[in-house]
Amino acid sequence: MASTAISLRRRDGAFTAIILFLPPALLLFTLFVVVPIVEAAWYSGFNWNGFGTPTRWVGWNNYIAVFNTRAFHLALRNNGLIILVSLLIQLPLALGLALVLAERFRGAVALRMLFFLPYVLAEIATGLIFSFVYDGDYGLLASIYRMFGAEAPHLLASPDTAMLAILIVVVWKYFGFHMMLFIAALQGMDRNLVEAARIDGASRGQVLRYIVIPLLYPTIRLSVFFAIVGSLQLFDLVMPLTRGGPADSSQTMVSFLYTHGVTRMRVGFGSAIGVILFVICATFAFTYKRWVMRDE
Amino acid sequence: MRVMKSVLLAAGLLAAGALSAAAQTTVKWLHIEVNPTQVKIWEEVARAYEAKNPGVKVEMSFLENEAYKAKAPTLLQSKDKPHIIFSWAGGVLQSQVEAGVIEDITDQVKGYADTLTPAAVEAFKINGRNYGIPVAMSQVGFMVNKELMAKAGVDYTKIKTWDDLLAAVKTIKAAGITPIVVGGADKWPLHFYWTHLAVRMGGSPAIAAAMAGKDGGFESDVYVKSAELYKQLVDLQPFQNGFLGFKNPQAVGAFGDGKAAMILAISSFYHTQKALSADKTGIPDDKLGWFDFPSVPGGKGEPTDTLGGINGWLITKGSPKEAVDFLKFFISKDVQTRLAAGNFIVPVAKGAEEGVSSPFMKNIVANLGKSKFHQNFYDQMLGPSVGRVINDASAEIAGGSMTPKQAAKAVNDAWKQGN
Repeated sequence: MASTAISLRRRDGAFTAIILFLPPALLLFTLFVVVPIVEAAWYSGFNWNGFGTPTRWVGWNNYIAVFNTRAFHLALRNNGLIILVSLLIQLPLALGLALVLAERFRGAVALRMLFFLPYVLAEIATGLIFSFVYDGDYGLLASIYRMFGAEAPHLLASPDTAMLAILIVVVWKYFGFHMMLFIAALQGMDRNLVEAARIDGASRGQVLRYIVIPLLYPTIRLSVFFAIVGSLQLFDLVMPLTRGGPADSSQTMVSFLYTHGVTRMRVGFGSAIGVILFVICATFAFTYKRWVMRDE
Repeated sequence: MRVMKSVLLAAGLLAAGALSAAAQTTVKWLHIEVNPTQVKIWEEVARAYEAKNPGVKVEMSFLENEAYKAKAPTLLQSKDKPHIIFSWAGGVLQSQVEAGVIEDITDQVKGYADTLTPAAVEAFKINGRNYGIPVAMSQVGFMVNKELMAKAGVDYTKIKTWDDLLAAVKTIKAAGITPIVVGGADKWPLHFYWTHLAVRMGGSPAIAAAMAGKDGGFESDVYVKSAELYKQLVDLQPFQNGFLGFKNPQAVGAFGDGKAAMILAISSFYHTQKALSADKTGIPDDKLGWFDFPSVPGGKGEPTDTLGGINGWLITKGSPKEAVDFLKFFISKDVQTRLAAGNFIVPVAKGAEEGVSSPFMKNIVANLGKSKFHQNFYDQMLGPSVGRVINDASAEIAGGSMTPKQAAKAVNDAWKQGN
């Protein structure tokens, strides 16, 4: 009897909290997230240059046009590449560094800060810095090549290497963030488990393989989530470096949207790209949440 | 008592201030000019206008070129839109007028428009109505570093035909000098090659026919052949290393630093090559040469035909009438003469060209005077979307990822699809 009363009161409390706290958040979310998405979906059915109200209904034509654009295929490929590199190079690198730097030794904190620093830099600033680094005439890379008596390549000017150059910057900029996530997780870990395993005679490798990594799984899943969503949104690094060029070879979905939609006053076409990107992101986020992160 | 007095006085002043503020009209002027010396003169002109017209305030604001293009549609439909905006005429102007965001100023410029170059005024007319006032013109041609040309043993004044140019490029390259510098990442500097060749190849009828979709539109012989000639040049690898990664300001700066013998330039680069060079002085006047874009075999265009910009100002819908009034003051013979004297512009106010003092700019003024057909920049004329496609295609030809035929088809397809 008493317990039912308590749980009822609890439910009452929860209800009041919902009444009080949900509307502001819901309103803001609707206004700035739901409405723009619905608007974009609506615009994507028109051939419209952004002036006045859209009137030329074209149905699915914008989507067909997007799928027929070579730049779109390149953008998809590049987003895929970024995700691959994030998962196969950036994550192991971040994890490895975290395992070393989570230990207490002289200089550990300084090194952590050093590796975290690129993440703090603004994307545009990073892009500009690297456009100087990559400059084939005056850049840092050029001086390194010259030390060995070789002619430096213009990485950003060739369709074959521009994306590679961007991938390097992506890893450089974001590995520190993932490293910090892992360090935080490692420090929150129960040391007793590790010690117990050591006492039982487990080697360092075994401890890592059977205790530390499994305990890190939630963080790894989170890190993968961030890496993939971040890759899909990559834009502000690309613009100062290549603007998606040469010949669209380094477009990402968002830079494709900007250079082929916004700056060409093709609002319908751009909206179609936006909707496609939204569908990709939403599908990924929900399935990932549902299947991979369901325990959290 | 004294305190009381000063309080009353302050209140009186405040009231007076409020009154005069209420009677004041503010003309909001949005520009994209990056040259501080020129902007300073504009500021002075604005202040002079304010002094002559009490109660009117001219407020200037700046947006970067690319940002302006991207933001314009939203900006023009907002409540807080500027009254005077920059325009390159052409297809973008057309779509703005169709959207009804630009004021028809035909009645207000009657008579006044006759004091300006007719061809420039014409560029801002749509269906016989005036929608803007031109301010300056420019010509595209080859800017030359005389010293490097002499070193390579090329007499640039003898470059008259496309073959002459190709031969010169080979000689300059053999001398170990970069023949041409270009800002390929921005793409539009590359589209000058293809489109100026088209102007030489087809003259004024060709573009009209292409836009009307006749003779295969932009896939006609004129455009395919000009693209092939452009490809001939590209195949000689005339540009600096990594030219597809250079933005235009970098390329113009590199020319100012003496890194290349030539640049296919807009005449206004006369100033920018100085401002953007490492030492801020660039190539001095006595070492700076110019030759007009070469003619092509079998070309129907006159050698005097020019490709270049026609820039002007538009009045947005619902602006105070003072905005037009200010523009008339700004684009008057006096002010234009002053800007011409600084060699900033090829003026459009009749008589103002006498202010031009440098031989370099005098030559440009003479060329534009002789020109019977002045072609506006293609990427402006074809509108915001197709204009970018022709830029893309030009860059792809240069990068070798499109053949001339494919490039012409890409432009034609985009044109058929519309902006």
